[in-house]
Parts: sequence; structure tokens; C-alpha cells
Amino acid sequence: MIPELGHLALVLALTLALLQGTLPLWSAVRGDPVGMRLAVSGAVGQFVMVTLAFGALTWAYVASDFSVANVATNSHSAKPLIYKISGVWGNHEGSLLLWVWILAIFGAAVAALGANLPLPFKARVLAVQGLIGAGFLAFVLFTSNPFLRLDPAPLDGNGLNPILQDPGLAMHPPMLYLGYVGLSTAFSFAMAALIEGQVDAAWARWLRPWVLVAWAALTFGIALGSWWAYYTLGWGGWWFWDPVENASFMPWLAATALLHSAVVVEKRDTLKAWTILLAILSFALSLLGTFLVRSGVLTSVHAFASDPTRGVFILALLVVAIGGAFAMFAWRAPMLRPGGSFAPISRESGLLLNNVLLATAVGTVLLGTLYPLFLDTVGGPKISVGPPYFDATFVPLMVPLLLAMPVGSLLAWKRGDLPGVLQRLRLAFLAALLAVGLALLLLGWQLLGAALGFGLALWLVLGALVDLAERIALFRVTPRQSLRRLRGLPRSALGVALAHAGVGLLVLGVTGATALREERIAALAVGEATALGSLQVRLVEVHQEQGPNYVATVGEFQAERNGEEVHRIRSEKRFFPVEGMPTTKPGILTSPWADHYYVLGDQAADGRWAVRLYREPLVVWIWWGAAVTGLGGLVSLSDRRLRVGAPSRARRRLPAGEGMAA
Amino acid sequence: MRLRKKQRLYLVLGSLILLGGAAALVLTALEQNVAFFVTPSQVAAREVPEARNFRIGGLVVAGSIEHAADGVVRFRLTDTQQEVPVQYAGVLPDLFREGQGIVAQGELEPDGTFRAIEVLAKHDESYMPKEVVDSLKDAGVWQHDGSGVPSQ
Repeated sequence: MIPELGHLALVLALTLALLQGTLPLWSAVRGDPVGMRLAVSGAVGQFVMVTLAFGALTWAYVASDFSVANVATNSHSAKPLIYKISGVWGNHEGSLLLWVWILAIFGAAVAALGANLPLPFKARVLAVQGLIGAGFLAFVLFTSNPFLRLDPAPLDGNGLNPILQDPGLAMHPPMLYLGYVGLSTAFSFAMAALIEGQVDAAWARWLRPWVLVAWAALTFGIALGSWWAYYTLGWGGWWFWDPVENASFMPWLAATALLHSAVVVEKRDTLKAWTILLAILSFALSLLGTFLVRSGVLTSVHAFASDPTRGVFILALLVVAIGGAFAMFAWRAPMLRPGGSFAPISRESGLLLNNVLLATAVGTVLLGTLYPLFLDTVGGPKISVGPPYFDATFVPLMVPLLLAMPVGSLLAWKRGDLPGVLQRLRLAFLAALLAVGLALLLLGWQLLGAALGFGLALWLVLGALVDLAERIALFRVTPRQSLRRLRGLPRSALGVALAHAGVGLLVLGVTGATALREERIAALAVGEATALGSLQVRLVEVHQEQGPNYVATVGEFQAERNGEEVHRIRSEKRFFPVEGMPTTKPGILTSPWADHYYVLGDQAADGRWAVRLYREPLVVWIWWGAAVTGLGGLVSLSDRRLRVGAPSRARRRLPAGEGMAA
Repeated sequence: MRLRKKQRLYLVLGSLILLGGAAALVLTALEQNVAFFVTPSQVAAREVPEARNFRIGGLVVAGSIEHAADGVVRFRLTDTQQEVPVQYAGVLPDLFREGQGIVAQGELEPDGTFRAIEVLAKHDESYMPKEVVDSLKDAGVWQHDGSGVPSQ
């Protein structure tokens, strides 16, 4: 009964979404407030209905109702409760329901929190949101219904892919979707602005909190995914430039650009058309990501099922949404009044440089991701574009961006004083140079790239600190005054410093884990040892253990230096009888300096075990850096001026706190 | 107004330089780093890209897996028409087993052995890499009309 109620709720949600997507648009033109308010009720109603549907599916999973086909295919009664729940989105139908649910949450949030938005604008935003919802609800109902029944019901389910039975992965999809789908608000705000033909500072301030939420969630989601890949796949890698990773990374790059260009619209009332374009592009890339991942055109762990009708349906959604948006843009964007001008050396130019580089990076990643698909579709040779392509194109674009980052955030609006800014950054620059020199001394010239990477990381972290120090006038006024200034500092300024410092930490981690990584592949008998850098790693013993729903082969490793034990690590190979699948559970010892990562492989005919041993210096900073960056977004979100609902179009802009640093 | 024009000029020039640079980067990177996908039949006919890495996909031949004492694994890959010996030094993915469709990247030794630097088996037992499916389909066509190895 409950699954049928869930199905019914979805049908009602579709009806509401259609209503929400059409009537308010018409009412906004006629100026009819009753019809416009319908958008609010529609968004809330849609949220309630999709929540019911999602709850119904979750109930079916928790209660192990195997008469529901989706549950029977993807769950098992012997699974721990957390994986029964995360199993809801560990499959195609359920993950789309999650997608739609989060979309409904964002719609309801705009309806509830956007009390300050002018009613016609709000009605239009919600109408666009409703149209997106209608498209995806139709997709779920017509091609991917999670509530289909099985008759007769099987006694037990097939289980969840064991590699997905992991706490990190339970969190990864909701986070990522929060980001992907959150960008739909940026899209709706952009479309509503295009319909009204008006983009101004107030619009940018309304947009900003939504982009920040989405961006921060996307940052966390990507970091979680990368971390998960690191500790489960057993290769010690953290980024593979896999098309599916790229699919989530491109919207992130575009959203990062959007976040920065929206600041220009807010402060200087310029770059409007470009910002609108970025808002459209960010969500378009999210949709593209959904298409790539869910349609089965790509082969990956994320491609749960490849059913051609689904692919065609998403492609149609993609074409309608993106095509419609670009047509709208081409029609309305020329009407946008250009704003203030700025000198080539100014904060605006810095942000523009950021935007151009990020957009170009999106382009190169997009090309590398789609080119093989394109060639295959037109009947060309089958190729794959591997990590070297992305390293060779992405890194050269990021280096100037990162080098310029501390400079850009210190430049004044409109006309900046480059020598003055460089003067203020000279200590940071000298420290970075010193770090390069020191690294060269320790590592040698053949690791010049690594030394430069460390220098860049320090430059970014110190640059962020200098930015902060300048704002609170550190050492120029008394410490107590500085402290007071720090307390009075707008949260957004703090957020920027955190986010930028986080990027520095990320660069530190990437450099260490890429350039200084040590790897050893060997076949060891029990008791035998092999060298990993300065360590002797011994396979002490191998035995069997019984887990809750798996059997594990456990390998105990012991590392010695000069005959003294340094650490012990256990690594497992697990076999899940229900699913009939093995997984690797690498033994990882994490420290801020280096991770030791040991993997037990297969047993050879002579009884030796294949082992893979890695030492990954500083790798943990990759995820800490990303977390700090995401946290910067959240801190910025808590800024009083940016809080949802703070600004209104009629009020004059508050005197900006940014004036201090500028 | 003059300022705005000048500004626009800078913008256009800057973007052009950047785009040109990016295009150059992309083209050289693509030129050097694209890995072609080849079937065992094509390897047997020596229709492989010269002096570069490529990918090969097929089914692991039953009974062909040997774990040598030095940690090197040897096995054969087939598209049901031709077999190619593969050797790989490393830990195989969890789902590597007999009859499983896998993709390997590496290069061809002069003796006809494919030396893999990477072996991919996806994390789903019912899953077959798309390239392998296509290569098996290609092999089927080859069997029927006998028109030779599908050209790449």
C-alpha cells in the first residue's frame, strides 16, 4: 500500500509542478497577485508530495519490502540499516528520486526564504523551478518508476553493490546532488531576470546565497567522492579524470566562476550578461553531468543501468532546457544595460581573469570528456582520453589563475594599484621563494616541479593571510584594535580568506601526493619484507575473518626502520557472498605528513601474496584543503548582508566592509 | 565611451590570446595522449598504433591466468576470434577473473605480448565494458561476411 501512495504522491507532484511552471508566468505578465502566489503554494505542495514519495521508498527499503522491484534488485534483508537507507539512492531510480526531492527542497526553500523577493520575480523564479521539476518528475514516472511491484515477490533481495556499502559513499550522492541541483536556483534566477530584462546589484545579492550553498555542497560532494575513491579502490589515487568525475567537476568550475562574477555584478553593476550566461552554463553542465552519468553512455561505476529510452529522455530534457535558456539569452541579453567601466588593473579585471581562465578550463575538460563520445557516435575510431591530456591542459590554466589569486583579491575596485599590492605581498612572495629554495635543497633539482608546487601552496596560504591582515590593519594599529576589526569583519571576507587558503592546502596535498609518491609492487610470502622508501615493510600474517555480511582475508603489515617497528597496518580483501563480489579494503595509516597505504592482492600459485605498497606524502591535505574551501563558502553564507532575505531592491546598498582593504 | 571601447579591446585581445593558448594546449595534448582502442583481432593482424600506448579489451581466457613469483601476472585476452597474451605487474582489480570482460592499457612488445600498465575491470559483475561488447560485435560481423578485420 505504501509504495502505491508514494507513486500517487509523485503523480500529484507532477501535476503541481506543471501548474507551478505555467500559471504564475502568465499571472506575472497580467500582474495578478493571486496567480503569482500560486507559485509559492505549488512549490511547497510539490515539496510535500515528493517528500512523501521519497519517504515511501525509504520505508520500503527499511522494511525490506521485496515486492517492490527496486528494493528487490538493490537491497537485502541482512544489510546494516544505514546501507538499507543509503541503498535508496544507490541505484538509478532511487537516485533520480533523490534528485527530484532535492530540487523540490530548493523550490520550497526559495518560496519560504525569499520573502523579500518582489512577487512577480519570485513567481517567475518558482515557475522556472517548477518546469525543471515537471521535466524530471515526468522522467522518473515514465522511465524510471521506483515503485514498480514484483509478483511473486522474491524471498530476499540481490543486495547492494558492496563497494557502495560505505559510510563515505552514503553521504557522497546527497552532497553532490545538493550541489548539482542547487545550481538549478541559479538557472531559475537567471531565467527570471532575462524574462524581466533586468539584472542589477540586488539581483546578484539574491542569487549569491543560493550559489554559495550549491557551490559549497558541490565542493564537499566532490571531495567526498575523491576520498572514497582513494580509500576503496585500492590504487591510492584520488583523482582519475574519469568522465564521471569530470561531469561533477565542470559544474563546480563554472559555479566557481559564477560566484566570482556575481560579486562584480553586486558591487559594480557590470558583467551582467556574462554572469547570466555563467548561471545558465553552470546548471547546463549539471544537467549534462546527470545525462552522462545516468544515460549509460559512459561506462563507470555510476552507470547503474543503460536503458536507451532513459538516455533519450534525459537528452531531450537537456536540449529543451539548455536550448531554451540559450535562445532566451540570445533574445534578452542585449537588452541588459551595461554597467560601469573599469581599468585593466582592477578587482574587476582580476575577477574577469579568474572567470576567463575557469571558463577555458571548463572548455578543455568538456572537450576531453566528450571527444571520445563524439568520435564514437560519428563512427570514428574508439579512443580514450586519459589523465595525461587533462594534466597537460588543466594545470597550465590553473597555474596563472592561482598565481594571480592573492594579487587579485587585494586589488581595489575600478582602478587598482598593482605596485602597492605587490608591495604588500612581498613578504609572502619572499617566503614562497624561500620555500622553493628549501624544497630544492632537500629534494634536488629533478623535483623542481614539486618545489614550485610547494612554493605556490605557501604563496596561496600566505596570500589569504595577508588579505585578512590587511583588512584588520594588523601591525598598523594596536593588536586590540585589530582584534576588534577582526570581529567586525564581514563574514564574507573571512569566507574568502578561508576558501583561498583551502586552495593553497589543496595544492600542497596535490603536489606532495603526485611528485613525492612512492610505490612498491611485490610478491611477498608471509614473513617476507620489501623496501618502501626508507621503510622495510613485512607481511606478518594472513588470516580469515568473518564480517557482518562478508568474509575477509586479512593481511597484517609491519613497517620497520633500522630494525625498529614504526607501524602496523591491516589490509583486507572482503568477499560478499550475497552479491558474489569481492572488494579491497586497503590498510591506510594517515598522518599530516604522509599516508601509508598497503593493499593485499591475490595469492599466487607458489603461495606468495601480491601486495601494493604506497607512501603518499601530504595526501590528506587534498581533502582537508577542499573541506576548508567549502567551509569558506559556508562562512561566507552566514554573512549578514548575504543572508537570504536581507537585501531588497528599494533599499540603498549598505556601505561595503570591503572598502577597508581596497 | 572611449574608456569602454578600450576596455573591450583589452578584453577581446586577452581572451583571444588565452583561447589561442588553450587551443594549442588542447591540440598538442590530444595529439600525444589519446589512447586508441583495439580488439585482439586487430592486434593479431598488427593493426595497432605504432610507438604509443593503446587500449585493448576482451574476455579473460579461462585457465590462462598465471601468477608468477615476481608479482607479474600473465593471461590471455580474446574477442572469441583471436587471443593476445598480456602481462601485467601489479595488483589486479577485484573483479578480474576468468571470462570477465576487461580493458587494459599499455603497449605491444615486439614478441606480440601486450605489456599492460593498467588493467580495468568495472565494479559490477554483470557489467561488460562497452568497448568489449562492441569489439565482440565486431568480431561477430567479421565471422559472418568474412570481409576481414574491421578497420579502425
